[in-house]
Amino acid sequence: MSNYDPVEVTPLHADEMASMQADALDAITAARDLDELKQVRLAHAGDRSPIALANREIGALPPAARAEAGKRIGGARKAVADALARRQAELEAERDERVLVEETVDVTLPADRAPRGARHPLTTLQERVADAFVAMGYEVAEGPELEGEWFNFDALNISPDHPARSEHDTFFVESVESGKVLRTQTSPVQIRALLSRRLPVYVISPGKVFRTDELDATHTPVFHQVEGLAIDEGLTMAHLKGTLDRFAEVMFGEGITTRFRPNYFPFTEPSAEMDLKCFVCRGASAVPGNPPCRTCKSEGWIEWGGCGMVNPRVLIACGVDPGRYSGFAFGMGIERTLMFRHNVEDMRDMVEGDVRFTLPFGMEI
Amino acid sequence: MKAPLSWLREYVDLPAVTAHEIADRLTAAGLKLESVTSYGYDVKNVVVGEVLAIEELQGFKKPIRHCQVEVGEAAPREIVCGATNFAVGDRVPVVLPGGVLPGGFEVGARKTYGRMSEGMICSERELGLSDEHAGIMVLAEGTPIGADVVELLGLRDDVIEMEITPDIGYALSIRGVAREAATAFDSAFLDPADVSPPAEAGPSYPASIADPTACDRFVLREVHGFDPSARSPLWMRTRLTRAGVRPVSLAVDVTNYVMLETGQPLHAFDAAKLTGEIVVRRAEPGETLETLDHVVRKLDPEDILITDGSGAISMAGTMGGLHTEISDLSTDIVIEAAHFSASGIARESRRHNLVSEASKRFERGVDRELPLYASWRAAQLLAELGGGTIQPGVTHAEVEVEPVRISIPSGHPGRVAGVGYDRETVIRHLEQVGCTVVAGAVAPADELAAKLAVTGDDMLTVTPPSWRPDLTDPNDLAEEVIRLEGYENLPSILPPAPAGAGLSESQRLRRRVGRALAASGYVEVLAYPFVGERDFDNLQLPADDARRRAVRLANPLSEDEPLMRTTLLPGLLKTLVRNVGRGFGDVALFETGLVYRPSQDAPATAPVLGVDRRPTEEELASIEAALPAQPLRVGAVLAGEFERSGWWGKGRAGTWADAVEAARTVAREAGVTLDVRADRHEPWHPGRCAALYAGDVLVGHAGELHPRVIEAYGLPARTSAMELELSRLESPSAGPVAAPAISAYPVATQDVALIVDAATPVAEVEAALREGAGDLLESVRLFDVYTGAQAGEGRKSLAYSLRFRAPDRTLTAEEASAARDAAVALAGERTGAQLRGV
Repeated sequence: MSNYDPVEVTPLHADEMASMQADALDAITAARDLDELKQVRLAHAGDRSPIALANREIGALPPAARAEAGKRIGGARKAVADALARRQAELEAERDERVLVEETVDVTLPADRAPRGARHPLTTLQERVADAFVAMGYEVAEGPELEGEWFNFDALNISPDHPARSEHDTFFVESVESGKVLRTQTSPVQIRALLSRRLPVYVISPGKVFRTDELDATHTPVFHQVEGLAIDEGLTMAHLKGTLDRFAEVMFGEGITTRFRPNYFPFTEPSAEMDLKCFVCRGASAVPGNPPCRTCKSEGWIEWGGCGMVNPRVLIACGVDPGRYSGFAFGMGIERTLMFRHNVEDMRDMVEGDVRFTLPFGMEI
Repeated sequence: MKAPLSWLREYVDLPAVTAHEIADRLTAAGLKLESVTSYGYDVKNVVVGEVLAIEELQGFKKPIRHCQVEVGEAAPREIVCGATNFAVGDRVPVVLPGGVLPGGFEVGARKTYGRMSEGMICSERELGLSDEHAGIMVLAEGTPIGADVVELLGLRDDVIEMEITPDIGYALSIRGVAREAATAFDSAFLDPADVSPPAEAGPSYPASIADPTACDRFVLREVHGFDPSARSPLWMRTRLTRAGVRPVSLAVDVTNYVMLETGQPLHAFDAAKLTGEIVVRRAEPGETLETLDHVVRKLDPEDILITDGSGAISMAGTMGGLHTEISDLSTDIVIEAAHFSASGIARESRRHNLVSEASKRFERGVDRELPLYASWRAAQLLAELGGGTIQPGVTHAEVEVEPVRISIPSGHPGRVAGVGYDRETVIRHLEQVGCTVVAGAVAPADELAAKLAVTGDDMLTVTPPSWRPDLTDPNDLAEEVIRLEGYENLPSILPPAPAGAGLSESQRLRRRVGRALAASGYVEVLAYPFVGERDFDNLQLPADDARRRAVRLANPLSEDEPLMRTTLLPGLLKTLVRNVGRGFGDVALFETGLVYRPSQDAPATAPVLGVDRRPTEEELASIEAALPAQPLRVGAVLAGEFERSGWWGKGRAGTWADAVEAARTVAREAGVTLDVRADRHEPWHPGRCAALYAGDVLVGHAGELHPRVIEAYGLPARTSAMELELSRLESPSAGPVAAPAISAYPVATQDVALIVDAATPVAEVEAALREGAGDLLESVRLFDVYTGAQAGEGRKSLAYSLRFRAPDRTLTAEEASAARDAAVALAGERTGAQLRGV
């Protein structure tokens, strides 16, 4: 009936298979390193391994026995392969442990090969101010630092005889009658913005300004201001206050207390001063008997900047109809802001360019 | 303005609150608190004593007295005293043992000059009353013995010092401050100028106004028979001292006292020294006057003068003349009280660089109704305290002045504030300020007033008081209403601004440049833009170098640096030296800022235009034409190691190449590839100087500095620098970056070594290789430069790695080689380059 080999193939006996498997597993366990395991793999799972040879015999079995033998061999091969993989992973882990330990370095060594740079905090603070206003819809306006007197004074309603004019400690370009000055404030940019832009105008203008003060702990002849100008229909002093309150929050954090008090500037009417409650003493030093405060000079408040409703005379000088348009302007000292915000005690540190001062400020402020 | 509270309280019925509370209310009204100084609160145990006996002690270098002083105790006190200006029977202030004098100075009983001294007899200065310290204080006869001196002399007072803005000249007086305090506390106000002088009976010393633009009111009163030896009373000297004015003599003190009280500057002439009629006029050419400070002043034809038959006798409202000054012999006094042109005095004061208490007030605006009253008050005080008699009659020259009237809708202040104020509130506050308010409108006085005019419903016509010449425009009135309603009560509303366009391209570029340089290791500095000729010399600039043409300041801070910078390098180099001097030898700095480059043919002066209208474009252009060009530059300097030495080995010194690379870094941010060419340009080393071009436009230089520059500035050896004109890199035409097509096909790399003449610029070789290689070239990189013997004398070997790749296929070796050969061929043609070993 059938034509199978009558000879019984011994390796397919169950006990033989079990012993082959046991030999293989013993050898796998005994392998001490990855090289030995490689030999074991060849010997017990390679093409010429006993199990592989036994597998070849299956074809010679009577059909009835093949299924069982196949099952038996398959089981053995899987057990060996699993054991090999397990041992392989174990030995690799051991090797990694050993080799990587050998490669250990001192990770605390410094690697400051490339020099560090930084941007000046007065620059980055001006950018931050600009960003705060750009976020409110403003654009950044600019103007020359060496400016015509008309822009710096006359157009801003500071007539030649005005007491405010002599209070400005102006650098004049030779000769004094040249009509040219180093701008004493960023306010001339207001005039340039009104002359060159279409209404409504919402601009912020940070920049360098000049006064004939000798350098000391609280004065510098070259400093920075940021000027703001908004001209639109229906702008009021309440809008000015709202804008500056927001600005103060952005600069100094929520919870800052501000104060608006009357002041005088020829180019705004009404005019105000924006004060901040002293962050150091929180106003306590102004009360007699309390310890003095260096930051606010025991006044309890810090003058932050001047502001007001743009004087209609300024609008007229720029050809803007004050009957239709109104608006506000404000100006803050960048150095003062930096001093308050970052506890800079001496103005000279901002001026001298000592890298130790600038480096900690990094790229942004 | 320093206002003693006791003085203030004479004219305003203030509640019993602290000086700080009063100062806070005044600050809210616009009179900003500077400081509060308290006097006499620490003084303890000072009483009135009577000198019973004096024993002159002998044997000391100066007179010393041992006195018996009755102070109302069980027994007299024995006190040693160094003063001699008192006699037995005098009443004197005595600080008893355990007592305290101003400044916390404690007095005890002690032995001195061999005697016991149980306390001290005090001078005015020791009691904090004045600067008088020539002798001790002798009190009036009959002063009660044992009385508390603190109470008796009013030692205790608070002085509020305020910052007075230039618009409110009236607040430079007790009168003005008291008026503001009365409004702030809603208290009764008594006007110190309310002194009811007698009706004008006839003229006094003859006077006239020759120039009505200089002066619109001139008043003279005379006091005769004045005792020039009379001293100012203690209360007056104390108040003057505490208000910051030094007591001088009774006549001078009275004029100062009345000025502080009312705000009216006064001048006193010695009548005996006057000749002929007094005339107010402008100076004549060549006229001079020796003023009180012994300076002979050359007068300007615009100066306002008080003159008599002898010529100029006073610079009006600024400073009196020496020769008509009150002296310690003057018995007949002419008091001048006038109202001068504010701008006239401002110019005079500025022209002569002469700021006085009088000029400060006149230029800020003085009440033009005051002269008659203030002069009467002064005459009264002189008569009362100096024993003179007021002469009947008053000289009163006057020019009619049209009062200012302003019409506004009652809603205007509210519209400015952003708050609705009702009509009554508006009128009430304007009246508190001293305005008269009537319904209806008046026509604007002139064209400017017409442009400023605000119209609407419910018009009010407001006439400001004579002491508020600053109130001229509708918004001035709005400010008064808002200020008295309280700035602190304004709402805070964020306005909705229209959407903006964000930062401009050039603003973004500046930020990128700053970040890129900082990321490359440079630290930003902001140097002063002031330089001197010496800097140009230090930079070795030739005599005709355009950078020597600089803007000169008329009033520089330092005579050594009167010029505005034409290059950023001097500031950067000085800052570098400062850092090196402070122990930072490895330093790299940069600055971004304007330089000021006047053009040779620019007009010398920028016109000052009118302000009653928008200037024409031509007028504006005439200002611009006179201003120097102010381009934005970026500069960088470096010295020492640019890469640090460390455990990894030696670092790398910064060189000319780093300076050029810094310039490339900047240009890269601008989207510009710099074309680098060798150049000779001060202050750079002639063999290590690169000219930097954007296309054909020269944008700057970079390299190592000239050794002489390094020596002149004291810089570290091999200091390198670059300077670029950023304004020239802001080319808007650059447009957006075109995205490259990325090929995934394999790269074919070909290395070539080329021998060229040592002087051949590498940039030219590379440019030829690029052009010759064609489109298949992906990149060229110079990986070695060799100048040894094998390259040959005067030759150098350049080793390049060329990478080729096609967008659509794998390149064959033949294609890559062909491209390489084409590259080498063009380099050979252009620069004489030969393949090495060929």
